[in-house]
Amino acid sequence: MSTLAATPDRLASASQRFPTHEIDGLAGTSFKHQHLQAILADNASGGFFEVHAENYMGAGGPPHAALARIREDFPVSLHGVCMSIGGPQPLDKAHLGRFRDLVRRYEPALVSEHLAWSTHETTYYNDLLPLPYTEATVTRVAAHIDEVQQAIGRPLLLENPSTYVTFRESTMSETAFIRELVKRTGCGLLLDINNVFVSATNQNYSALDYLSDFPLDHVGEIHLAGHAKQQDDEGELLLIDSHDGPVSDAVWKLFDIVIGRSGPIPTLIEWDSAIPDWPVLKREAAAAQLILDRHSEAASREKSRASA
Amino acid sequence: MQAPSKKPAVPLEGSENYAAEFVPPLLDPERETPALVSGPDGKAAMKRFNVYRNNVTVSLIEALAATFPATARITGEAFFRAMARFHVRETAPTSPLLFEYGRDFPDFIARYDHARSMPWLADVARIERAWLDAYHAADAPALTPETLASVPPDRLGDVVFEAHPATRLVRSDYPAVTIFAANRASDPVGRIQTSAPESALITRPDLEVAVRHLTPGADILLDRLLSGVPLAAAATEAASHCPTLDLATVIATALDAGAFAALHQGG
Repeated sequence: MSTLAATPDRLASASQRFPTHEIDGLAGTSFKHQHLQAILADNASGGFFEVHAENYMGAGGPPHAALARIREDFPVSLHGVCMSIGGPQPLDKAHLGRFRDLVRRYEPALVSEHLAWSTHETTYYNDLLPLPYTEATVTRVAAHIDEVQQAIGRPLLLENPSTYVTFRESTMSETAFIRELVKRTGCGLLLDINNVFVSATNQNYSALDYLSDFPLDHVGEIHLAGHAKQQDDEGELLLIDSHDGPVSDAVWKLFDIVIGRSGPIPTLIEWDSAIPDWPVLKREAAAAQLILDRHSEAASREKSRASA
Repeated sequence: MQAPSKKPAVPLEGSENYAAEFVPPLLDPERETPALVSGPDGKAAMKRFNVYRNNVTVSLIEALAATFPATARITGEAFFRAMARFHVRETAPTSPLLFEYGRDFPDFIARYDHARSMPWLADVARIERAWLDAYHAADAPALTPETLASVPPDRLGDVVFEAHPATRLVRSDYPAVTIFAANRASDPVGRIQTSAPESALITRPDLEVAVRHLTPGADILLDRLLSGVPLAAAATEAASHCPTLDLATVIATALDAGAFAALHQGG
């Protein structure tokens, strides 16, 4: 039996390696395929792009071609959406394997996932569902983070959720829960400031207090996004983490405060639905970059004063 | 009907299994808000919980709308969303990869009462589902006509083709390819002039998914070839259904479409 194929060496593309791009102090945007040509035509340097890992878990085709192209020129952040780290059941090993393979293939500058769950038994709910904050859940979530970090061979950045309800059984605050996870697993954090603002409004606490209690030293990435407004059962304001518009003024202010305290951290403008043309998204990222640069200059002035 | 649920390895006791209490109302509007959640200071949480209900249902309807745009264009948005909502509630996804979702949707459409006047709608949806499979399929170079030409004529009958990973065949008793093509683009849809059965050959030799209309007989031939039947046997079978079938043209079309990845010579 003999076989004739067009090109015998089909594995060539699997072993490709990408250049290293620094992500420190940069602002970036979600990567949407419809922007690829505009981004390349822009001939822009600087900035980074974040992708949802699951969109690149197919075997091949245009998604991988687009991501490989963008990864050539820019740092990439790989953002997992449905590992279900916050769920009570064991992690899906097949999904974890796919996630690990993407980390190996694209060598992303940042790798993150959510403090949430989305799968129960065999059903996938396609949403970031909340969990109670208790001694039992912190132990299990820590074990899940360990398992992910073992698989990918590097620290994971864990994202704080936006929440609409609270669990009666919770015994810890979200920040205490997150600090405990950092302590137990050595994971890093993705601080989503829009999520902080949304949750604080919905749960009736102060976003500034939350941020003061948040372990900023462990934050490796920041998310900024737009939110929508609804009403709760008593007719009070309920914010929805909708990712469908510009970042709100309140969130920009909180971002400025956080960067003032922590110094520049890679910051992403998340925009996932009602996606605008590339120039609009680029302007939002430029606004974030301006704040990062301002604090970076302030920090270096302080440093030079100290050494003078 | 879904496959029986797989239980977690370690049974979870009492309130530890918050997920089991949280999920039943997500896709069932008749069920009440789970008692384990509240608003701040014990406030009622019905509207708050409804945010999750809405996120789950609407995002899955939108996932179906994104996979089946021609189907949605044919039915209109309100019809499509109502139909998709029934399907989401009946058959929620079992994979976190949304591009895998909707495999059961064409069959659902085929038995959906309100779609009975559009008997071809399920086949259009089958073409769209195959289109997405082709889009995400593994990359591989397509078999070239030169490679086939290098096979000695006396060995041609034994040749077995290997399907390209992206290749799909959808057979229809209706003009599903014409209807698909007319509704997949954004141009205005004119009157569909044909009523003849059409089958679709879906391929993606490089980065562009292509959908070709196969004439009767050509679909049988390609179906057999893609299943690994040797060329001579596949040709004989197709000719018995369609004596006028032009074998060389069908093979040339398939090669041009990039339907095959390789060929094997028996012996």
